[in-house]
Amino acid sequence: MRHIWLKGAENLTRGDDMVEENKAAWLLCFIAVLTVVFSSARIHAEEQDTPGKFVVTPPPFSPGIFPCSQCHQGMPANKKPRKLTFHESIVLKHMPDGWCFDCHNPDNRDKLRLANGKLVRFEESYNLCGQCHGTILREWKAGLHGKRTGMWNGDKQYYLCVSCHWPHEPRFKQIKPLPPPVRPADIK
Amino acid sequence: MRKIEKKKDGIHLDRRTFLKGAALGLAGTALPPNKADASFWESFFQKHFREMNDAEIKQVLSRLEREYEEKYKKAIKVGSEKAMPGVLFGYGLDLSRCIGCRRCEYACVDENNQSTDPQIHWIQVLRFKKGEKWVDLEESEKYYNPELVPEKEYFYMPVQCQQCENPPCVRACPTQATWKDPDGIVVIDYNWCIGCRYCMAACPYGARHFNWAEPGRKPEEINPQTHYLGNRPRVKGVVEKCTFCIQRTRNGRYPACVEACPVGARKFGNLLDPNSEIRYAIEHKRVFRLKEGLNTNPKFYYFFAYGV
Repeated sequence: MRHIWLKGAENLTRGDDMVEENKAAWLLCFIAVLTVVFSSARIHAEEQDTPGKFVVTPPPFSPGIFPCSQCHQGMPANKKPRKLTFHESIVLKHMPDGWCFDCHNPDNRDKLRLANGKLVRFEESYNLCGQCHGTILREWKAGLHGKRTGMWNGDKQYYLCVSCHWPHEPRFKQIKPLPPPVRPADIK
Repeated sequence: MRKIEKKKDGIHLDRRTFLKGAALGLAGTALPPNKADASFWESFFQKHFREMNDAEIKQVLSRLEREYEEKYKKAIKVGSEKAMPGVLFGYGLDLSRCIGCRRCEYACVDENNQSTDPQIHWIQVLRFKKGEKWVDLEESEKYYNPELVPEKEYFYMPVQCQQCENPPCVRACPTQATWKDPDGIVVIDYNWCIGCRYCMAACPYGARHFNWAEPGRKPEEINPQTHYLGNRPRVKGVVEKCTFCIQRTRNGRYPACVEACPVGARKFGNLLDPNSEIRYAIEHKRVFRLKEGLNTNPKFYYFFAYGV
């Protein structure tokens, strides 16, 4: 039953030689499988964030709002979507029918929660955004999307997604441009 | 040819040599007396930057630091960091992100000690109407001044020195005051620039700017971290331009405009490093360079990360 595909092409008439060849083929197979397993394991290891891999800007909390548990501690979590009576300045214009607990964690407010239930720190919120915006997250990690400061050949500080995109209404607001240059005719 | 013969009764000068000496002497007396000090003669006879050895460069830098301290009444460091080996700088600008806010333009002025009066900007942000023949730079607008940016019907393209691999400005310079360093930065030695502005005429990008008057900048606005070939204070009558913030990038830092951009449209890195962000942009995005047909081979890549 095992590895009929190996035998299929080989002719079965060669007797003892075949046993030797089979052994060699087995060994090769084993090595190949090992290689695949280890390399995929390495890829997966890279997918997960080692702590400190991305040095990020501090999350842009409103002053005094964090940690959330300072108010929410002991407050029963009402998971029913409704119009909020506190945090009323937050109007969610992100995804249709979105709701606080799509990202926030009802049981420990100081963390965010991925769709798979895993909790992430606010400093790692890019993994939360990346659940939907995967291609953007890939380019953010590669250094293309978003902004970094620091050294082009060394330590960089990555701006979190939420440093530029307010998560409850991520689209950029218009800003005032700095004044235009002086026209040559206006130079005294 | 014998010009000066030593005779038994003393030195004999022939007529021609005497006249030459007299002419030089007269030229010397024609110099303004207040400038005829040792440091003036030092700068007058300063060798070409690339022909000086380290000790001579050090001497020039300390002379400049002394002069600047006297002029601006504050300590100004003039560096001369050399190009790092294995580095070729490249710049990327994401046109699908730029919002035309001019933050880069003014961050550049703050960093690079340009004159504020009369005004010199190394970065020009051009505005184009969407859906038109926008590569025609003549149709662009750089004095746009709306209440808010970005505007729906326009997009924006900042233009600065493109750091060409084949720079026409360098060939135009009659005194070799400008050249391309090994890391790809086209630099200017302000002490060798004679202000003929041939390089400005040769540059297809309008990237070079001339100090028509004595640069006006308050001492408290002077950035004291400078480089000899970059942002050290200039004088009237010399040409200047973007150097990818040579004083920062040769020390590993990002240029000031990269760090000023509020939308992260500006990318910078080593073109020879396959893992750099600029290489990622070139390899994954639609990239173009300005006026490619002129064979200037710029190292400034415009790209569209996302559909416009």
